[in-house]
Amino acid sequence: MKRIVMAGLVALALVAAACGTGGDGQQQSAPTSVRLITHDSFDLSPEVLAAFEQRTGITVELLAGGDAVSVVNQAILTAGNPVADVLFGIDNNQLAAAFDAGVFEPYTPADIGTLRPGVTDGTDGLVTPVDVGDVCVNYDREWFAERQLAPPQTLGDLVDPAYADLLVVQNPASSSPGLAFLLATVAAFGADGFEGYWEQLVDNGVEVTEGWEQAYYDGFSGGSGEGDRPLVVSYATSPPAEVFYAETYDPDALPEVGPTGVAVDTCYRQVEYAGILAGSSNLEAARQLVDFLISTEVQADLPLTMFVEPARADVELPAVFVAYAAEPGELWSLTPDEVAAGRDGWVSQWRRVVLG
Amino acid sequence: MRRAPLGPLLLVIPALFIGALLVWPLAAVAERALRPGGGVDLDASLVPVVWFTVWQAAASTVLTLAVGLPAAWLFARVSFRGRNVLWAAMVVPFVLPTVVVATAFTGLGAPRGTVWTVLVAHAFFNYAVVVRVVGVAWAGLGRGPAEAAAVLGANRLQVLREVTLPMLAPSVLAAASVVYLFCFTSFGVVLLLGGSRLRTIEVEVYERLRLLDLGTAATLALGQLALVGVLLVVAGRWSQRWSLTGDPSRSEARPVSGWGQRLGMVAVLTSMGVLLGLPLASLVWRSVRTGSGVGLQYWTSLGEQRGVLFASPLQALANSLVMASVATGLALVVGVLAVAGVVAIERRRGRTRVTASFDAVLMLPLGASAVTVGLGLLLAFSTPPLDLRGSVVMIPLAQALVALPFVVRIMLPAARAIDHRVRDAAAVLGASPLRVVLEVDAPMLARPMAVAAGFAFAVSMGEFGATLVLARPDLPTLPLTLARLLGQPGAVNRGQAMAVATLLMVVTAVVVLVADRGRVDGGRNVDA
Repeated sequence: MKRIVMAGLVALALVAAACGTGGDGQQQSAPTSVRLITHDSFDLSPEVLAAFEQRTGITVELLAGGDAVSVVNQAILTAGNPVADVLFGIDNNQLAAAFDAGVFEPYTPADIGTLRPGVTDGTDGLVTPVDVGDVCVNYDREWFAERQLAPPQTLGDLVDPAYADLLVVQNPASSSPGLAFLLATVAAFGADGFEGYWEQLVDNGVEVTEGWEQAYYDGFSGGSGEGDRPLVVSYATSPPAEVFYAETYDPDALPEVGPTGVAVDTCYRQVEYAGILAGSSNLEAARQLVDFLISTEVQADLPLTMFVEPARADVELPAVFVAYAAEPGELWSLTPDEVAAGRDGWVSQWRRVVLG
Repeated sequence: MRRAPLGPLLLVIPALFIGALLVWPLAAVAERALRPGGGVDLDASLVPVVWFTVWQAAASTVLTLAVGLPAAWLFARVSFRGRNVLWAAMVVPFVLPTVVVATAFTGLGAPRGTVWTVLVAHAFFNYAVVVRVVGVAWAGLGRGPAEAAAVLGANRLQVLREVTLPMLAPSVLAAASVVYLFCFTSFGVVLLLGGSRLRTIEVEVYERLRLLDLGTAATLALGQLALVGVLLVVAGRWSQRWSLTGDPSRSEARPVSGWGQRLGMVAVLTSMGVLLGLPLASLVWRSVRTGSGVGLQYWTSLGEQRGVLFASPLQALANSLVMASVATGLALVVGVLAVAGVVAIERRRGRTRVTASFDAVLMLPLGASAVTVGLGLLLAFSTPPLDLRGSVVMIPLAQALVALPFVVRIMLPAARAIDHRVRDAAAVLGASPLRVVLEVDAPMLARPMAVAAGFAFAVSMGEFGATLVLARPDLPTLPLTLARLLGQPGAVNRGQAMAVATLLMVVTAVVVLVADRGRVDGGRNVDA
């Protein structure tokens, strides 16, 4: 019996030792390092990040926790004892839940006045807008040109029998563009009307996939998509990405139009924010990092790294962006409180109507 | 001097491993779910979900056995050109992220959202489990019993039914239980290929977690675990009806002879080509198909760190290799200790309730909800000195946890099969216990261990769910790199994603080929 106890103690010591070695890599809250947790689509040019590190002497440690929804959920569940000092990537649909859970420490950067009008709505001095990425229906130009059919422009067009069996959307329960598109329909047709709209979409042959990748690459026929449907829910900035990441991309010989376009009256506004996590032991460095995220260097870098529009009004956009990013027409939006109160119910209603 | 019983001692580390990385995280999620404000929202709409989970896993297992068992025969009994390469290559599906497999299947015209697509995809992923696990056991049977039965007048069918199948039953059951659990908790395949209408419990858990409905998610995850527990106990009872003795290190493959064998070989290789070859080849093809014909431009840029990526795909490959190797080592150490402990107890007392339940516990990482465990790890390891969130060690630990059941399921039947008379004889002739292990057990277990290492490596290379939650963008693994590439529109991103998928396949196949030491038969042949 004694030996069993001994062996147990030895094993425990081994585990503790193993954990200890792991801890070394963490550089726990050394004053010169700051942890930034983001979603898996976060991107920034390495030289931009390096310049910040050199200037401030602060090392940025990056953490990822899956897509935006999982990152924010994790922040809510670990509120007060955060994994990182700063979170980037929470969007307007998730703000209310995070605020209720006390995820963020108040902070307003000095540069807040340089941001585009409206983007700071509902931030309560807790988070700072970093970029705008509208979710819109994209269309395959060639497909519609070949058939001499005008591409749809509005949500109403999508239920027109002329566009039957053409649209791919994502499940709002598992995909954030899918959720944004559902919210666009709620904003457009109201909490009582959106179910009826979706019934019509189902009658008109809408296809549902779980994630954006499948909808775009396997379902959509335009650009780099290999599917057979010419309409897909994606981003307002997907058309410039198609041109920029085409094999034939040449900044001096840009094509007149890209392979895909945007149905401009179908867009739902999504703003992405950064915030300091409450309980961070590293407030000074965290503040500098948030300031940096809305600095002109980062804001000018965002369009061609994450394919989003900068929140700052005073940065110049790259030519490929100006030429192909659609300026949305009628923008659908809901307030964070409306989304927080309605989201779960709308998603279950959607499931009943669309999945049966 | 009385020797202390060794068995229970050996089980301490495996028990701590499962306890810390599986039980504790699940308990952490359950504890969060019990806090005020939560609730459990279970309704009748879940009944079809549970039913679908149960029957699709059964159907997938039957389908996988149907295509896998003939192949196990071929690889065990017939030597043919290319056998070693195919033996290693068949584990490749394991490392492929579901997103890529979904692309391959959709590209080949498989309709999304049908049950058949889901079942075939499950067979695609699990083929190697059946072929390699049963194949090794089949090779180890030798021809003696079957030939003796034939001499005594049994026809081929009788030999198969009365002699071969009963002797293979433990390994078939081992493979089937791994496949069943894999499909039971299937997530990516059902999510991506099942359309949104087909749902397993795991898909339901995932969606509830996204809605932060922890109460329902935790209840479902624990319910799933309980169901898995029941299934494992039933399977365990069943497997006690058979006992297999043989030498898992031996092989009696001979060149193909006779029309029957030739026909069988053609049938097996054709089905393998359709099930595995076509989808894999379609990915390779996509990696070289460019806008201007066939070219290698997606390949030549793999060393570059382009806009979308934090590290070049080659750097990510290096990260993956290091993490998967550490994970494989961990899984083998923990797995071998567990197997040794269980077998040591069984040698003294026979199969007891304790060994049976420990055996079941070792399988739980396959039956537990991966998304819940991933979240639980973050909640559990959140207070100093065990605040391991964001630490690099979490990734190989999580990978090793997922790989452990494969190691145990492959090694345990083989270890049980070692003829105790050989060990006893060695001991009587004066060999020390250590020498018995080194000279009797180790050589006989070398081949199953190589097979187990191959699976552990492939599972770790491809592990995606836990890695996604625990990942660090500056240290991406190859599957994460692939996911990032597919996260942006554009032909270049898509093409390079396919090149990364192909790289992942080739590297895994090569490593497994080396682990097998280049031969289906392992390094030695005791019949010679």
